[in-house]
Amino acid sequence: MLELATISLLNGIVYGLLLFMLSSGLTLIFSMMGVLNFAHASLFMLGAYCSWQLGRWVGFWPAILLAPLLCGLIGAAIERYGLRRVHGRGHVAEILFTFGLAYIIEEVVTMIWGRNAVANGVPSAIDFPLFTVFGTQFPAYKGLMMAISVAMFVFLYLMLQRTRIGLVIRGALTHPRMVAALGHDVPGVFVLVFAIGSALAGLAGVIGGFMLLTQPTLAHVVGPIVFVIVVLGGLGSLAGALIASMLIGILQTFAVAIDYSLLDALRALGIAVTRGSPWYDVAAIKVATAAPMIPYLLLVLMLIVRPRGLLGTRDA
Amino acid sequence: MNAGSPPALELVEVHKRFGATPIVRGVSLAVAPGERHALIGPNGAGKSTLFNVISGRFAPTQGSIRLHGREIAGARAYEINRLGLSRSFQVTNIFPRLSVFENVRCSVLWSLGHRYDWRHPVDRLPDVRERTERTLEQIRMTSRRDAPAGVLTYAEQRALEIGITIASGADVILLDEPTAGMSRSEADNAVELVRTVSQDRTLLIVEHDMSVVFGLADRISVLVYGRIVATDTPQRIRANADVQTAYLGVTAHA
Amino acid sequence: MTDAGVAAPSLGGRTTHAHGARDRRVWLAVAVLVVVLPHAPGLTTDFGRSLLTQMGIAIVFALSYNVLFGETGLLSFGHAVYFGLGGYAAIHCMRAINHGLPLPMPFVPLAGAAGGLVCGLAFGALTTRRAGTIFALISLGVGELVYAATFLLPGLFGGEEGITASRTRALALPGLDLGSQLQVYYVVAAWALVSAAAMRAFTRTPVGRLCNAVRDNPERVQFVGYDPQRIRFIAFAVAGLFAGVAGGLHALNYEIVAADAVGAQRSGSVLVMAYMGGTGSFAGPVVGAIVLTWLETSLSAYTSAWLLYVGLIFIAIILFAPAGLWGIVAMHAPILHTRALRRVLARYAVALLPGAIMVAGAAALIEMSYRLSTQRELGSVVKLGPLALDASTPVPWIAGAAMLVGGLVLLRISARFVAVAWQAATLEARGGGAP
Repeated sequence: MLELATISLLNGIVYGLLLFMLSSGLTLIFSMMGVLNFAHASLFMLGAYCSWQLGRWVGFWPAILLAPLLCGLIGAAIERYGLRRVHGRGHVAEILFTFGLAYIIEEVVTMIWGRNAVANGVPSAIDFPLFTVFGTQFPAYKGLMMAISVAMFVFLYLMLQRTRIGLVIRGALTHPRMVAALGHDVPGVFVLVFAIGSALAGLAGVIGGFMLLTQPTLAHVVGPIVFVIVVLGGLGSLAGALIASMLIGILQTFAVAIDYSLLDALRALGIAVTRGSPWYDVAAIKVATAAPMIPYLLLVLMLIVRPRGLLGTRDA
Repeated sequence: MNAGSPPALELVEVHKRFGATPIVRGVSLAVAPGERHALIGPNGAGKSTLFNVISGRFAPTQGSIRLHGREIAGARAYEINRLGLSRSFQVTNIFPRLSVFENVRCSVLWSLGHRYDWRHPVDRLPDVRERTERTLEQIRMTSRRDAPAGVLTYAEQRALEIGITIASGADVILLDEPTAGMSRSEADNAVELVRTVSQDRTLLIVEHDMSVVFGLADRISVLVYGRIVATDTPQRIRANADVQTAYLGVTAHA
Repeated sequence: MTDAGVAAPSLGGRTTHAHGARDRRVWLAVAVLVVVLPHAPGLTTDFGRSLLTQMGIAIVFALSYNVLFGETGLLSFGHAVYFGLGGYAAIHCMRAINHGLPLPMPFVPLAGAAGGLVCGLAFGALTTRRAGTIFALISLGVGELVYAATFLLPGLFGGEEGITASRTRALALPGLDLGSQLQVYYVVAAWALVSAAAMRAFTRTPVGRLCNAVRDNPERVQFVGYDPQRIRFIAFAVAGLFAGVAGGLHALNYEIVAADAVGAQRSGSVLVMAYMGGTGSFAGPVVGAIVLTWLETSLSAYTSAWLLYVGLIFIAIILFAPAGLWGIVAMHAPILHTRALRRVLARYAVALLPGAIMVAGAAALIEMSYRLSTQRELGSVVKLGPLALDASTPVPWIAGAAMLVGGLVLLRISARFVAVAWQAATLEARGGGAP
């Protein structure tokens, strides 16, 4: 039991940090520009593909630097040539633009690399055990991922709270003309922020690419969870996103290990539910199979109890 | 103005704080039914905040607000509006994609009892159309009735803003700087409009333009740093030394 | 009641009566068209009628979406939930009819409506507390929740295979056994007309008008005596109801409802439909539904890149024509009677050539890429119209890129000439109008 709990906790933390890595860039762009970037998960996917492709050409370590850079450049181009035209039309137009972009990126990825998953396995450079817990090996790449995730948190926290650029950007969010009149290049700053957010997504993709399956539907798979995290944590809150990621990561990992259902619990208490009864289907659901629903259940719960999210600071 | 009857709008020790910052620091005011009451004061005195608290946009931190004797402090904005208090905004707050006619029409619907009616075409409700057209005539926007509100000139939008405020037939009207940003002639027209529409109503108006205030108001209250330093008739306010100090920063000679 | 001499383009400048009379003519024309269409040349096959049926269902769905988005300003990424849950309600109703329930088959969409309404009320109570970005995210989350749930309750939702029923095993109505696609089409068309008329009428009621006000300025709505949240809730319930009708029609047409009916792809599809057609008018989503359904069925048969083309069109509309396809048509209304119109149309023709070159170049590159990455087994020669392009040689790639870039440059130049002609036409429409 302790063994299961410890390993699940460890895996849950790993998963949670992966989720945070994914959502950190989104939180940055949202809290600084008010734009909910629907294409964020797509840039994550691009990062995975680019790092795989670049890895085949120049090796893993250069790829881990180049892929996020490439994603950052793509992000800069998206903001400069596309999103910029739409800023003046309100947040709905911005979301729709990034939504369309997500479609397009998925198709472009299919166009270049095909519909099937590419063989993006763990690079041999980091495929060794770091330590052993209860007989299970803890691989180095998970350690690398955790390190990168924590580093992202620290970097973003400092950038948002402590730097002058962070201050300028937060001012530009609500009073762009005034900030521009003070001599700041507001459009340029937006390009920078979007580029950094995209680069973070790309970096998450480098690691996430071989922890998950690198295929064109990758964005579809992780996208909704990332948005749930951002809402759960509270829009614009970095710490909230971290807490929400860990919560979902740990809960889901534990849930997947529980192969029991409400039916089993009732049976243990001596209550039998007959097969024909309408509640049988519901009661027979194993916690493990219901695990994918957990983030969305938490979302609905949060909406009832505290619509602002855990640590919400800005209202959409 | 009925001096003897209970006040149409009464504020008792109203406070409003945002976080740790107090903006309204204990305002007490009684506006008699039918009175035209002006609220003046330097920038940052808290006039708009006071309006927001009265109209329900924010809840007061403390204090009592009574509309025709009925407590409304902390009530929702739409509840207060339904009880007969209507306000305009300093920064024009209209429905830009709707036509002028439709803008005003939105304001008459609840007061005519139509509530959340989902069954009758609104075009076929004669009372709605009649009240809307009457309001349009009052604000002299009949010729622009089909223009989308977003393309109106600034002065037209301010007139529409007033139109939306009065269309519901509310008997207590709060106007927040209705002549802000207007030229002399535009402001004169606006004042004439305000005078006409406040004929049988109770008016509380925030204004910076002194000629407007002195020409229109029955009584004036001066708000400085969230407190009322004087409430009196225009002549006595003009002669009041405290008021002069608050505005000019020096003691004026008589 | 506009001032004489002020020839400004006006919105709905006609009096109420003129509006009503024109409306009635339009509805009559549409009804006639709907009756006649399945007998038109080219549409008399089962495929043609099936296409028309799908369009009818899509029209109801897209119109219901616009009650939320275009009318009330609520961007939803999970509208398929109400379509699908309504569909499931309908398919269970059909099963009950198969087992003897004495309800005529054509009334099955009522079950869909009920399902959509109940779910709209239930989820709406939760989700309409917020608007804007948060509402959009919540709708996404609820959509994923419901989608995941459909796999957990096989009795209700049939898991991956879905639930099936028969639309012919029922009380026999004289002549209406729903055996042929033509009959299904007429049932769907009738429901579509009724639903569209009902939604149109809704927009004309006090609540409908207030939905527009909430879209424009939810804060001000409070100060005219209305609770914007309640209005959003009502709009949500209405949108859910008609999405459920569309789901019921879907159940009737396909005789199966599966998890894809509530899925993210369908939610995305209806959003694209409504936006592409134009969310600022009633006709927009109808146009969008027709166009996208046609693209989904016909274009997908020609190329595996059709989704990319749809995505590119969508982005182009967001960037350059936010009023949608119908908006593009409608924007010509003020200049319809001017002489300058002729010049505008002529300039369009001039811009058409570089536009076509650009599209052809892009299509060549896209098709070749797709062939190499997804359908290698078909060889490297791609057919683009009459041309055969060998993707393994450099020539088609270079030519395609050249056409794309060259066409784009020329298009931008000719777009400027189009803009000049438009300016002249607009000036003429405003200044030189009839007394």
